[in-house]
Order: sequence, then C-alpha cells, then structure tokens
Amino acid sequence: MTQIPDFSRPRSGEPIAELRGAVKRYGPVTALAGVDLTVRAGEVVAVLGPNGAGKTTAVQLLLGLGRPGAGTVRLFGRDPRDTAARVRVGAMLQVSKVPETLKVREHIHLISSYYPRPLPLPEVIAAAGLIGLEDRLFGKLSGGQRQRVLFALALCGNPDLFFLDEPTVGLDVESRRGFWEQIRARADAGRTVLLTTHYLEEADALADRIVLLHQGRILAEGTPAEIKARVGGRVIRCRTALPVEAVACLPGVREARHRGEDLEILTPTAEQVVRELLARDPSLSGLDVRGAGLEEAFLSLTGSPETVLASKEVAA
Amino acid sequence: MSAIQFPARNLWRIYALESRYEILKMLRLPMYVIPTVTFPLVFYLLFGVAMNRGSSGVGTYMMAAYGAFGVMNAALFGFGVGVAVERGQGWMLFKRATPMPPLLWIFGRLTMCLLFSMVVVGLLFCVGALAGGVRLPLSSWFFLSGVLIAGALPFAACGLAIGCWAGPNSAPAIINLAALPTAFASGMWFPIQMLPKLVQRIAEFLPPYHYAQLALSRVGMNRGELEVGRSLTVMALFTIASLVLAWIGWKRDEGKTFG
Repeated sequence: MTQIPDFSRPRSGEPIAELRGAVKRYGPVTALAGVDLTVRAGEVVAVLGPNGAGKTTAVQLLLGLGRPGAGTVRLFGRDPRDTAARVRVGAMLQVSKVPETLKVREHIHLISSYYPRPLPLPEVIAAAGLIGLEDRLFGKLSGGQRQRVLFALALCGNPDLFFLDEPTVGLDVESRRGFWEQIRARADAGRTVLLTTHYLEEADALADRIVLLHQGRILAEGTPAEIKARVGGRVIRCRTALPVEAVACLPGVREARHRGEDLEILTPTAEQVVRELLARDPSLSGLDVRGAGLEEAFLSLTGSPETVLASKEVAA
Repeated sequence: MSAIQFPARNLWRIYALESRYEILKMLRLPMYVIPTVTFPLVFYLLFGVAMNRGSSGVGTYMMAAYGAFGVMNAALFGFGVGVAVERGQGWMLFKRATPMPPLLWIFGRLTMCLLFSMVVVGLLFCVGALAGGVRLPLSSWFFLSGVLIAGALPFAACGLAIGCWAGPNSAPAIINLAALPTAFASGMWFPIQMLPKLVQRIAEFLPPYHYAQLALSRVGMNRGELEVGRSLTVMALFTIASLVLAWIGWKRDEGKTFG
C-alpha cells in the first residue's frame, strides 16, 4: 500500500461518518432510539426534525462529545475522539456564550492553531463575512455577527467534514440566505456537510439528502424530491364557502385544513377533487394546485409516526 | 481508507497561544484583575502597614501571609470561575469538539495564574520593602517568592476541580465561601497565634494553613517546630485529590451532553 505523503481529501462517496444502531438515553429520556446514519464524502446531509427530536444528540455523538449507550460511532473510520479524526472536522455548535474579552481575530488565531493545515486568517474572515470586525471584542458583536464567528471557527481548520448544529437559528432571512451561500460554497469545494435544522426550507435549499428525525428515530431518508414523493400528492388551495369538514369527506381527499382565509387540501387525485369542488361551490375563487412540498411530507410523516413505522415494517 | 499523514502540529505554538490568550482574556476582565491584584495589597497596607506600629516582624509576617492569600485567590478564581463559566455556556463543549490538546489548554491557564501570582507577589514585596519595614537577606526574598508562586499549582488544581463541577453562577460563591473562612483560619489575615485555640487546631487540617506555614518558614516566622515534610505531604495530597476530582468531572461531562 502506498503511503500518501500529503493529506488528501477523502474520495467522493466514501463513508466518513457513521452511526450504527446508536442509542442515547439521559435518565428516563431516550434521545436516540437506535439510529443508523451514514454520511458520505461530498454530500450535504440535513438532519431535519422538530425540537427534541435528537438532532443535537446525533451530532454530539458523531463529534465524540458523548458515548452512545448502545451502537457504534465512527468518524473517518476511527473513534471520533481520536485527534486524527478531529483534525478533519469543523463544528458549529449551539454555544450560548463565547469568551467575550477576546477579539474575533484572536479567537480564530487560537482555534486555527489546533489544526495541521488551517486556512489563512484573511480567507476565514472573508468567507465568514467578518471583514472589518477582526479587531472587535466578541462581547461587542451583534447576534448575527456572533453566529458568523462560530461559523468562522468551524471553517478555520480547513476541515473535510462540517457539523453545523442549527447554524441559522435566530437569524433574519437575509443573513440566513448569506449563510446558505457559504455552506453551498463549501459543498461545491468538495467538502462534506452535515447540518441539523428545523427549517424545512433550509433542508430543501441545501441538502442532497434529508434525514427526518422524530422522537429519536429516523422516519424517512432520501433526496428532498424523494421525501416529497412519499406524500405523492398535490396540494389544492382555494377560497370557498364549503365547510372544511365537508371537504375532508370528499372522495380522494387525504387531508383538508384552513390556511388563513383559504382552504388547503392534500390529495393524490387533484383533478377529480377540483371538479367536485367547483360543482359544489360555483363561487370558489383563488384556485391554485401544486405538487406537495416538503412541509406536507414532514407533517404527514411526523403527524402519525406509528403508522409510518408500521408501514415501514410491513415493507421490510 | 488509506493512511494519511498529517504534518505535525507545533505543540509549543499551541501552548504559547493558549497562554497568551488566557492572559489577554483575563487582563481585559476587571472583575478578575481588580480583586486579584488589589485585595491583597489593600489588606496588607491596612493591617501590615497602617496598623503596624513600627514592628518589622508584623510587616514581614503579613507580607508572606497576604502573598499566600493573593496567590491562592488568583489561582482559585482564575481556574475555578473561568472554567465553570466556559463550561456552563457551552464553550468548553465546542473546544472539546476541536482537536485542542486539553493539557495544553490547562497549562495555558496555569501560565496565566502564575503570571498574576508573580504580579501580586512582586507588588506586595515592593510595598513590604518600601512601606512595611521588611528587611530580609536576598536569599529569603528569593525563596519566599519561590514558595509563594509554587503555591499557585495546588490551588489551580483545586480551582480546576471546582470549575469542572460547579455551575457558572455558583462557582464564585462556592470559592468565596471556601476561600475566605479557610484563609482567615489559616492565619493569612492575622497571625495564627492570635486566633482561638480551637481555630488553630482546625487549621492543621486545612491546605491553606500548610501553604502559609511553608511560606512563613522562609522568613523564620512559622508556628512552632517546622514540619516541612508534613506540610509538603498535605499539599501534594491536596493537589492529587483535586486533580482526580477534576478528571472525574471532566469525564462526567462526556455523558451529560443533551439535545
């Protein structure tokens, strides 16, 4: 076997982070109830789920910050606590406070020194959108700026794999989009990203693959299109005088609910339902039909986890 | 996966940066600098200089005793509060996810504590020589400063243990509650001979007492027969116990992450 003298990047598609049957309990609370998750080099994986789903626990196990009660964790084929694994990983965690009496430049300088091949400081500053803030004390930064420093600290070691735990939580829409561009730029440069989020839009915009986590279990996994296809229907939106209960009983309607003044109907047979609606309510207006999105998939998947799991078992 | 060789990291450089930034971080924190540097000085000026009527013995005793008090506080607060706060706010969790060598981080913080200890001791020596009427042979100045500053090590270990267990809000209170009465009972504020007999008996079980006695022995003002061996043993056991506690606390954090 030839020894590679430099520190080459992992081959695309190679598994670089793995949870196998990972269980984590905190006292009576089961945070993860047997999770299998593989991250392959070059992909952007979004772990999507509501608060308390176990997303942060999964990230912390992969980072070697806790040990699973059962199952295994591998990072670059090693124990995640090995320095050889850690030098290839950059993490952005939910940190409530960073020491406030150091400057942005100083924080980056120190964290960079832990890595064998860090990025040059100006590059980190530019990539994280911190130009002009280098000499500001961390304590004097705004919330969005602090978030960017945390991103810079994940970035500065020039890692192969990024763990971003709720990277855009609490950011305004504009900053969030800026962040997405940065994350995409990393992915385009061949880096691997695992991010957790409870924003569907974020997962849809960024991820090659979505892992839907709910109550410590993986409910679904696939490309955003595949996840959406699991619902496999259309969403009809319209303004109508018909009561929502009556609409819900129409043949082919899977679900009907109010959306502001409008009614939203989920159905696999949109044409038939629209015909029926128009026949019953000639005054119907504002008709719109679109493919079911991630949000519908998310609701239908997390809304009744028992049935989803049951059907999974039948399929297996 | 093929064998991958990383260029070796420069551990000296990491240590130097850890130290530099620990020092800068604390220098910019008046909450730490002001009490750490001024309390021993003010107490010494008050009890060792102003209330001292021309006895160079009191001035010398108080200089050694407040030196011990100052170093103990610099180390306990520097480690204890700093570690507890950074742990409680998730910053340590982040640092543990990086390839930071934990020992170098501890050495960096220790360097900061040693530096502050030197400043405290240096300032006290100046005041002692200029205003406290302290006259000592050069060798005594030298050995006294050595014992005082070496005292930062056991109390830094104790601070680390407290920092690994206490919450960010309770740590300062815990340290104050532990440090102030024991410092008093150990003869760091007033000569121990002036304290009630019961307190003098209790003092023999307190690490700060043995630290103060070791310091006082360098100026020939220790109580009774000097038992350097016993005092050193107490300090060594105290250090080891603190490090073990800190280690358990550090490991415990591993199983406690939540999300």
